[in-house]
Amino acid sequence: MLEIHNLSAGVDGKEILKGLTLSVKAGEVHAIMGPNGSGKSTLAGVLAGRADYEITGGTVTYNGADLLPMKPEDRARAGVFLAFQYPVEIPGVNSTVFLKAAFNECRKARGLPELDGFDFLALVKKKTKLLELDPALLNRPVNEGFSGGEKKRNEIFQMAVLEPKLAILDETDSGLDIDALKVVAAGVNKLRRPDNATLVITHYQRLLNYIVPDFVHVLVKGQIVKSGGKELALELESRGYEWLLESDPGNGKP
Amino acid sequence: MTDTLTSTPARDPLAAALGAFALHPADNPPWLESLREAARQQMGETGFPDTHQEDWRFTNVAPLLELPLHSAKQNGRLVTLRDIEPFRLAKDGHCLVFVDGAFRHDLSSLPGAPGLEAASLRALMAGGGRELDKHLARHAAVAGNFFAALNTAFFVDGAFVFVADGVTVEQPVQLLYVAASDRPGATVHARNLIVAQKGAALKVMETYASLTPAPHVTNAVTELVLAAGARVEHGRLQNENERAFHFATVQAAQERDSHWVSHSIVTGARLARNQIQTRLDGEGAEAILNGLYLGRGEQLIDHHTVVDHVQPHCESHEFYHGILANRSRGVFNGKIFVRPDAQKTNAKQTNRNLLLSDEAVIDTKPQLEIFADDVKCTHGATIGQLNEEAMFYLRSRGIGAAHARRMLIHAFASDVVGRITIPALREQLDRLLTERFECAAM
Repeated sequence: MLEIHNLSAGVDGKEILKGLTLSVKAGEVHAIMGPNGSGKSTLAGVLAGRADYEITGGTVTYNGADLLPMKPEDRARAGVFLAFQYPVEIPGVNSTVFLKAAFNECRKARGLPELDGFDFLALVKKKTKLLELDPALLNRPVNEGFSGGEKKRNEIFQMAVLEPKLAILDETDSGLDIDALKVVAAGVNKLRRPDNATLVITHYQRLLNYIVPDFVHVLVKGQIVKSGGKELALELESRGYEWLLESDPGNGKP
Repeated sequence: MTDTLTSTPARDPLAAALGAFALHPADNPPWLESLREAARQQMGETGFPDTHQEDWRFTNVAPLLELPLHSAKQNGRLVTLRDIEPFRLAKDGHCLVFVDGAFRHDLSSLPGAPGLEAASLRALMAGGGRELDKHLARHAAVAGNFFAALNTAFFVDGAFVFVADGVTVEQPVQLLYVAASDRPGATVHARNLIVAQKGAALKVMETYASLTPAPHVTNAVTELVLAAGARVEHGRLQNENERAFHFATVQAAQERDSHWVSHSIVTGARLARNQIQTRLDGEGAEAILNGLYLGRGEQLIDHHTVVDHVQPHCESHEFYHGILANRSRGVFNGKIFVRPDAQKTNAKQTNRNLLLSDEAVIDTKPQLEIFADDVKCTHGATIGQLNEEAMFYLRSRGIGAAHARRMLIHAFASDVVGRITIPALREQLDRLLTERFECAAM
């Protein structure tokens, strides 16, 4: 589904990703772990199409298509979803209006008929239950006045509505208490299907107790230095990242 | 369009224009003559505005004199009900229609309501009713305001709206001014007087529009009188063609516990200068000044507001939002006076601006003069571009760039739109915003 080959990218002339290679197949959950500044959020941003980054080398193929020249909205319509680390507040834009517009754009791109207001609200109601999200929040402007936990839950709620093929969760666990973390993880798990894939980007192992990955990759200084199964996350939890900082980069294949 | 001028280089263009505005004797009832004379004198003392005057530093009106100014007369197309329908707030509501400055009974609709009088000023002036003598040209100062003086000296017609003691008029009253003359320089000095007696409540909406592509001129003055406890929501939607010149003076006089909401929505004219002013002259009076200006092309949109706190325990809240594209320019100058007696004043002013291009310019300036010591006054101005992070967020969910941009522009304007309680006006405005930014390039 996703083939990242020798990807290099940076910002303002400073290279952050330095030849990253990673392969994700449908049905898989991959965790990307790494210390601060290793390039985790850069990877998420590059995949979602954030304009701040300059691609200096390598390729990204998504379902056979070249992902990098695609606009952010075209990536989303093709099924790429980024759960933001810091969801932005957008005063004046109603949450429901926003989500309905996004939902119908994605439907259109998949050749499905748009849903009218009534059917859309029924769908929304179902999905808010999944994330235990207060439906009243959806009458407010996007993320405005939401607590940190509500913002993160809202990201996964949007994911539940949009049903992406490739979900990228960027530090979704940060700022969540343990109860909220369980709810969010349960939501993500319920959305897992054989035809979609999830990339979980996190600093801590904690989230991976609840979203169990098939593969764990360690990102250090813009390269994947080690890959393994879910037990690698536990090892990182007990040993920290220090022991990996000087090692040679791996090839990104578990 | 400068042919008239170049062919008569010896004549002062302003003097020529003033000659062309000369009134018919019937437009000059004796009781008004002294006011007109004072206004003419004041024009001489104030002088035609130039950019050396502090109040006109950023707004050069010299191009106005390049037009062959003359009193507008209907000389172009015949205006029908169908022509004005798009500008009407409601099909069957109160609407006084003026075409090229002249009241058109046949196009107006006046269903009438108990305690409400809404009529052409010209028809009433000859008689000079009680309220007319008392209020007309008594509130909008002509000293220092050239265009208000010009209007007072030469206005021919306009609207008189009167609501009696304790009466609430539910339906908004619309005053619709349509320019139809195809001759460049056709000028209308529109004059409105709105009187709400004790405890009366009224919504009144002025609309200015063009049915002609010619560069025409509107010079409007509206005086509003709010007696004790009166509540008036007053809107102005100026959507004239982008070659027009528009000058507006709005002056409210507020007595005790009165409540005035003003909306100044400006999307039209090549040059629009708006002077929106209120005098809070009774304890417990409150004013909300709401403004939205949308500039594009080479438009220049100028708002000068004055909130004059004369008496104690009054409140004023001012919110002006501007969205400027291309090479358009905005000017915002917000004056708040707090007089020595006006203790416990609460005055708040914000001006927010969204610049959609690198060449758009806003000159914004708050001006607070406070002579009382126990007051709360705040002001703030912001200038910014569309939030890139918000743009990316919307796009990352599948919403196209143009659509996302429109959503954010709408959102920026929604604060101001949200304060309007006339649903039909909000709908008009939403449509206008959508049309304006539908095709905006990225």
